[in-house]
Amino acid sequence: MSETSEEGRQETAAPAIELRGISKAFGPVQANRDIHLRVERGTIHGIVGENGAGKSTLMSILYGFYRADAGEILIDGKPTAITDSQAAIRAGIGMVFQHFKLVENFTVLENVVLGAEEGALLRPSLAKARKLLAELADEYEMAVDPDAIVETLSVGHQQRVEILKALYRKAEILILDEPTGVLTPAEADHLFRILRSLRDEGKTIILITHKLREIMDVTDAVSVMRRGEIVATRKTAETSPEELAELMVGRKVLLRVEKGTALPGRRVLEVEDLRVAADNGVDAVRGISMSLRAGEIVGIAGVAGNGQSELLEALAGIRPARGTVRLDGKALPLEGRGANGRARRHIGVGHVPEDRQRRGLIMDFLAWENMIFGYHRDRAWKRWPGLMDNPRIRAHTLEAMERFDVRPRDPSLQARNFSGGNQQKIVLAREIDRNPEVLLVGQPTRGVDIGAIEFIHQRLIQLRDEGKAILLVSVELEEIMSLSDRILVMFDGRIMGERDPAATDERELGLLMAGVTHEEVAP
Amino acid sequence: MTRIPRWADVALIPAINLVLAFFVSGLVVISIGEDPVEAMAIMLRGSIGSAYGWGYTLYYATNFIFTGLAVAVAFHARLFNIGGEGQAALGGVGVALVCLNWPWTSWPLALAAAIAGGALFGAAWAAIPAWLQARRGSHIVITTIMFNFIASALLVYLLVNVMKVPGSMSPETARFPAGAHLPSGAEMLGWFGIAFPKSAPVNFAFVVALAASVLVWLLIWRTRLGYEIRAFGHSEPAAVYAGISPVRIIMVTMLISGALAGLMAINSVMGEAERLVLDSVQGAGFVGIAVALMGRSHPLGVFLASILFGMLYQGGAELEFEMPSVSREMIVIIQALVILFTGALDNMIRMPTERIFLWLRKERS
Repeated sequence: MSETSEEGRQETAAPAIELRGISKAFGPVQANRDIHLRVERGTIHGIVGENGAGKSTLMSILYGFYRADAGEILIDGKPTAITDSQAAIRAGIGMVFQHFKLVENFTVLENVVLGAEEGALLRPSLAKARKLLAELADEYEMAVDPDAIVETLSVGHQQRVEILKALYRKAEILILDEPTGVLTPAEADHLFRILRSLRDEGKTIILITHKLREIMDVTDAVSVMRRGEIVATRKTAETSPEELAELMVGRKVLLRVEKGTALPGRRVLEVEDLRVAADNGVDAVRGISMSLRAGEIVGIAGVAGNGQSELLEALAGIRPARGTVRLDGKALPLEGRGANGRARRHIGVGHVPEDRQRRGLIMDFLAWENMIFGYHRDRAWKRWPGLMDNPRIRAHTLEAMERFDVRPRDPSLQARNFSGGNQQKIVLAREIDRNPEVLLVGQPTRGVDIGAIEFIHQRLIQLRDEGKAILLVSVELEEIMSLSDRILVMFDGRIMGERDPAATDERELGLLMAGVTHEEVAP
Repeated sequence: MTRIPRWADVALIPAINLVLAFFVSGLVVISIGEDPVEAMAIMLRGSIGSAYGWGYTLYYATNFIFTGLAVAVAFHARLFNIGGEGQAALGGVGVALVCLNWPWTSWPLALAAAIAGGALFGAAWAAIPAWLQARRGSHIVITTIMFNFIASALLVYLLVNVMKVPGSMSPETARFPAGAHLPSGAEMLGWFGIAFPKSAPVNFAFVVALAASVLVWLLIWRTRLGYEIRAFGHSEPAAVYAGISPVRIIMVTMLISGALAGLMAINSVMGEAERLVLDSVQGAGFVGIAVALMGRSHPLGVFLASILFGMLYQGGAELEFEMPSVSREMIVIIQALVILFTGALDNMIRMPTERIFLWLRKERS
């Protein structure tokens, strides 16, 4: 956006990448809006932003996975049409994905050559790759056994194979998407050393991350994305984590929520040393202890992917966990038969899941079928001899749709035909109507229009004032700040700290979310 | 909004598929120098042109209704049960054991017991692949197809070594007792004073098939179990969220599916042959897949598609008889073309049709 005069001195040399007016929409969602970005040759350029800010979309456009609706891409000053990833590779762009694209039962060498074989016979290409790998290993501290099977390598080494793949294809520009998400701190340090030496050799590197410390450590320049736009580009030496956090989160006025003071009562939910494994078997929640009182909203802030989802699912009974969870003093089963969504609902734990389209609703089911989803075995909906009382469910749905202002008010419409906000109201109506003691709420307003956001917030406050305990997980810091009575910040599967929303600000929370502890921030 | 109106989905697209299938079949008939219009007329006359033809058409349709319902129920849980053939064969064993081992005197009692026997054996044969899928993740398509081969080998063993009449040369069981005889089409219509050819094989099992269709409709759209089956079929993560156990749904759905396939033996073994012979299923298990696809997994659709395939089977036999140059293999080709167009190539017609409807809608607005 800003080709400021101070960058003028560099304009003599063409930047490695220049994006002019890139825009991309998915249906009504504007993922990228008029992006202007210059990445100078031989630099490490960071791109930071919250989840959903449009970073990945932008990089996918650069790598040819998506075509931009508007705008142009210049590589080394030349307008280049990147129609697919082959074109990106030809233009000298290499990408290291967050989820590696390796053939796990192939050797390192075979993976490096895959798709870049020269001729029908493998042997010459493999020999050439072996020689190159040896050179690269010397040059950049990237030693990897070329004959090792990929699945036997550590995650850090697998990532190195990805980088080697890109270099083998003569990449001059390397894009890394959240490269340290899966690395140990030592592996991350090593990665940064590799990146620095690559830069010193004249390669250009784009580093996508949400960890501010990495940006400060390793980049030369940084661009901040928010809601599909680049809101600022800074030289790393001239900025601070505080400023970046502020830019990332945005200084937009809080959506004012009418809210009286909370009157917390008894401890309803107690969690002790909870550990939850993610789908890949690695612990995503690594020892969390917390409690939830009646009549309060506790907000869990954090960048997506730091264990909040797993925490919520474990409490809802749909993901096995270890540790202790007590509801009104009674320990709940966390694994095996007793741990399922139905059993939790039965004892008064409602759950508004983070992903309503994947979990919370059956998109092909009608509204009335969705209105009892999870409660469909309740006696109230049963009719002799074990059939479902469909007319009664439809009547109930119509009535609930009126109370929760779901539009259009048609119980016989498929869930997919409602807007995001109205889908969410259906889920909320279903879970609140059952009068739960504890309501677990994940991303209540993701993809929800402004009008519905206000309504959903009011209902949550109202539920709190009725003496229910609410656990709110959201990546929207504004939402956490305006709704919560207490805020817990999660980073890397742990709680980084608890803050009183009245006594903290977005900057402090943003730093905690990025894994910077209070002591480091203090002036 | 849905992309195409419901009438187009359930009627127009299958009709276009069918016309295309017959068009290509016509080309095949022309290629051997026969008149396709004449061939078509023979098929229609042979299958629905006489009471006798109807007697055969409905008999075949009854088989397809059972196997089609079996596939349709599994489809709702997004399980692809290819094992109808084997499950129906084992259902035959169940029905034969029930019919042969008790001195039946009243056919309704025999029927009730045979239904239990056929369903039980069919379900048991589906239970093993179901368990392997639910607990071990072995793909049900692979396991059910393997179980078809095991079933056919098992049937040969049983008929040659265990259930054969001592001293007999043919691998088949003894004839069932007269008390286990199901009313034939002629007998049933006789109750109402309507004349019907005695030799036509349609029998009381057709009524059982109709009842099964209604029950499957009730199960899928009116019971909590059916609700859970459909929810699981649409989205497993959502089902887990709602507290629905995937293992339980896979097991229960496959047991019901296998039981329905096993019930086919009520028609072919108990109603028609009145003994268990080798190859009593005759590919009906596979036709069931086509029937379920064409009927869009809805019992009414399955019923209509079954009638159509019954017509193809019976009309094809007539055609083979009346046009000597049309061989048995030719009939199989025509049946295969219908399966190809209605089942496998459904999307070929669906997508252009959807585009036309979208375009029409845009024009109007």
